[in-house]
Amino acid sequence: MLAVQMRGITKRFGPLVANDHIDFELEQGEVHALLGENGAGKTTLMRILYGLYHADEGDIVVNGDPVHISSPKDAIAKRIGMVSQHFTLVQPFTVTENVVLGYNPGMTLDPKATQRSVLEASKRYGVDVKPDAIVRHLSVGECQRVEILKALYRNASVLIMDEPTAVLVPQEVDVLFESLERLRKEGLSVIFISHKLNEVMTICDRITVLRDGKKIGTVNKQDTGERELARMMVGRETFGVSRDESAECSSIPVLSLENVSALDKKGLIALKDVSLQVCEGEILGIAGVSGNGQSELGRVLAGILKPTLGKIILGDQDITDYDPIQYTQAGVGRIPEDRHSGLVEELSVAENLALEHLGDFTKNGMLDKNRIREQAEQLIQEFQIKAKPTDRCRTLSGGNLQKVILARVISRQPRLMIASQPTRGLDVGATEYVRKWLLEERARGAAVLLISEDLEEVISLSDRIAIMYEGRIVGTFFTRNTSREQLGLLMAGAQEESNA
Amino acid sequence: MLKLKLERVPAPVWFRPLIPLLAILATFLITSILVVLAKANPLEAYYNFLVTPLSNRVSALETLVKGTPLLLTGAAVTIAFASGYWNIGAEGQLYAGAVAAAWLGPLLGNFPPVVAILIMLAGGFIAGVLWALIPALLKVTLAVDEVVTTLLMNSIIMFIVSFLLNGPWRDPVSGWPQSPQIAASAMLPKLVPRSRLHVGFIVALLMIAVVWFILSRTSFGLRMRATGLGKEAAQFMGVNISFTMLMAALISGGIAGLAGVSEVAGIHFHLIDAISPGYGYSGIVAATLGGLNPIGVGLAALFIGLIDTGAQSVSRALGVPVFLGNIVQGTLLLVTLGMFLLQNYRLRRVK
Repeated sequence: MLAVQMRGITKRFGPLVANDHIDFELEQGEVHALLGENGAGKTTLMRILYGLYHADEGDIVVNGDPVHISSPKDAIAKRIGMVSQHFTLVQPFTVTENVVLGYNPGMTLDPKATQRSVLEASKRYGVDVKPDAIVRHLSVGECQRVEILKALYRNASVLIMDEPTAVLVPQEVDVLFESLERLRKEGLSVIFISHKLNEVMTICDRITVLRDGKKIGTVNKQDTGERELARMMVGRETFGVSRDESAECSSIPVLSLENVSALDKKGLIALKDVSLQVCEGEILGIAGVSGNGQSELGRVLAGILKPTLGKIILGDQDITDYDPIQYTQAGVGRIPEDRHSGLVEELSVAENLALEHLGDFTKNGMLDKNRIREQAEQLIQEFQIKAKPTDRCRTLSGGNLQKVILARVISRQPRLMIASQPTRGLDVGATEYVRKWLLEERARGAAVLLISEDLEEVISLSDRIAIMYEGRIVGTFFTRNTSREQLGLLMAGAQEESNA
Repeated sequence: MLKLKLERVPAPVWFRPLIPLLAILATFLITSILVVLAKANPLEAYYNFLVTPLSNRVSALETLVKGTPLLLTGAAVTIAFASGYWNIGAEGQLYAGAVAAAWLGPLLGNFPPVVAILIMLAGGFIAGVLWALIPALLKVTLAVDEVVTTLLMNSIIMFIVSFLLNGPWRDPVSGWPQSPQIAASAMLPKLVPRSRLHVGFIVALLMIAVVWFILSRTSFGLRMRATGLGKEAAQFMGVNISFTMLMAALISGGIAGLAGVSEVAGIHFHLIDAISPGYGYSGIVAATLGGLNPIGVGLAALFIGLIDTGAQSVSRALGVPVFLGNIVQGTLLLVTLGMFLLQNYRLRRVK
């Protein structure tokens, strides 16, 4: 019997059709991938199943009964659970409290009994958690297991997982896959939302591919391969950007960090003794799991976070104490981790393109509005930004916002480019566009520091890769001399094991 | 059953200018309840409120007189709010300007009027700047919330004024708690004979124009707007947000100080305790209602001047208490703020 059947599901957001008559069938006891690019409609479809959205057309059948799901509460009652990308855990609560929250019969809470029942559930499903641990102290992987257990504790027989591996290091992914394997044997059905082909091919039994809100097809794993899936997903052969191997790191460093330390927003040490060099015409990639000091490194090199110790040298200038204006004037182009903090969204595109170098657009203290507009028109054309100079940035899509920032940086021909998470949250087209520009800047001779949590991106673009773990650089490699496994181990903090 | 769902969808651009007008309409609907409770006909009341004051020359000019300090405090609040500095202290800065005018005024008898008036204006501006300086410095050096400090500074100056008027500055002739009269040369000339409309009105219009010019035509103004609309991003792009907010706070204080000069040198010629019935706070209403757009703020200030005048004519004609004017203003602020917030949402029917 089918665990879930969705028929002719259509969902519109204004003029956008997010789901266009999608049929989806989930067998009992299978892991079924929902594959597609960002914006293909995967999450929308699953949010409909979980009652977070309501379909404009179509119906849902669970275990043979037509059902009406208007809220997550209804979904839970139909034994459907969802683990979203952003965890919904109460940080100061224990694991037990989080698991039973909102699912505790009666008025009273017996801490001992609930803890026992959570432990039992944890054992029964083989989802390993510590019931009395405070959630704030858990790693991302552990939090995810709590989320899974939360769904199972509510008797879920269908588990929706929204890009569960996006936040995990490779080793944690293995643990997750083991758990899923065990749950499948228990008879659970899992919907696995992803855009990563290798994972889908590893864990899933069947794969449904969505593109632009339409279902392209459902295939069995045995009958397909990564190439076919990629073609279904993108609608054409992927051409992927790859690195030109010929260029070597020259001996002329553009940027040198010497023993730099810095604090995070809470006043805790986030960067410890970081030393690195970026040379002319190379891309140095900084890889690491989110929250290991990459943010702070990006902020230090944007001139908005002052290091507590150490020196930053650009060419032969000591720029340690420079402010953001001095950074840009010294020839540093900066792409911030969060695009929204690099643009004043209520100001126009033209104003945002001018603000960083306002001195060039000022005559006797007055704004030279013509020059501001002319520059904007020119950059909009050159960088194919879909906007008018007078549009407020708030109205632009993520990809176009990133193009505005790229245009602002690249039009100044920087000697050094600091790119923090430059493709995060962008669709495939915009991602490729950004990567192409990074490579072009490298070819022009700029030194590029690429900070990214996407290991594939770091590997495919960088000449050299440095791994950050807990605020330190724990290893630097030529890309060609390293492997994904080695990088993954270092990212997970397993340096000792790798030496052994 | 009818089910509604709240979605976050910003209203279209063309809707924004309509917000103040809708707010005014909604405010009158809400306050009608009170008019009815006071046993008057709302339509008649609002006719007296909005039309009667404009129907004869004397009271029409009087709305401009009332509007003068509001234009100044409105301009002052606008430049601060636009820069993300929440100056609630225009009232106190107005009093600081008034104290300076009352101090300088009697000393300027030997100067020609043009010089005397320029000294008065400069003195009032500087006094407003100085009164705004302490909260502004606390804000940019120690991140002390300016909403609290600017508000508290208002109480401090009120007591200082009270001390001056009941102590050293008490009028020796009459014994009233009012400062000695300022010299004739320091008085702001009348614009229209046999009315109270004075040169301060021109100064006020000029200040609205200056604020408009700074915010929309200078690069410093762009930095101010960037700071106000997104501090983090402005900082990333190299704007010195502390300096920008400090300057906005001080200019704001200076302009509010001018309102004090205008009232002392244009209307009362003495410093009195009740020189402002809350013009500093009404300036916040004007700035909000005008959407921080100087031209809109100017219109809003004049509109509030009309409400102030109208409240008196309603009171005379229908016996509705004159406080209705204050209630309308207060309601207007809340409704406008509410509308600016709610325009980001939309109710949708769910089937």
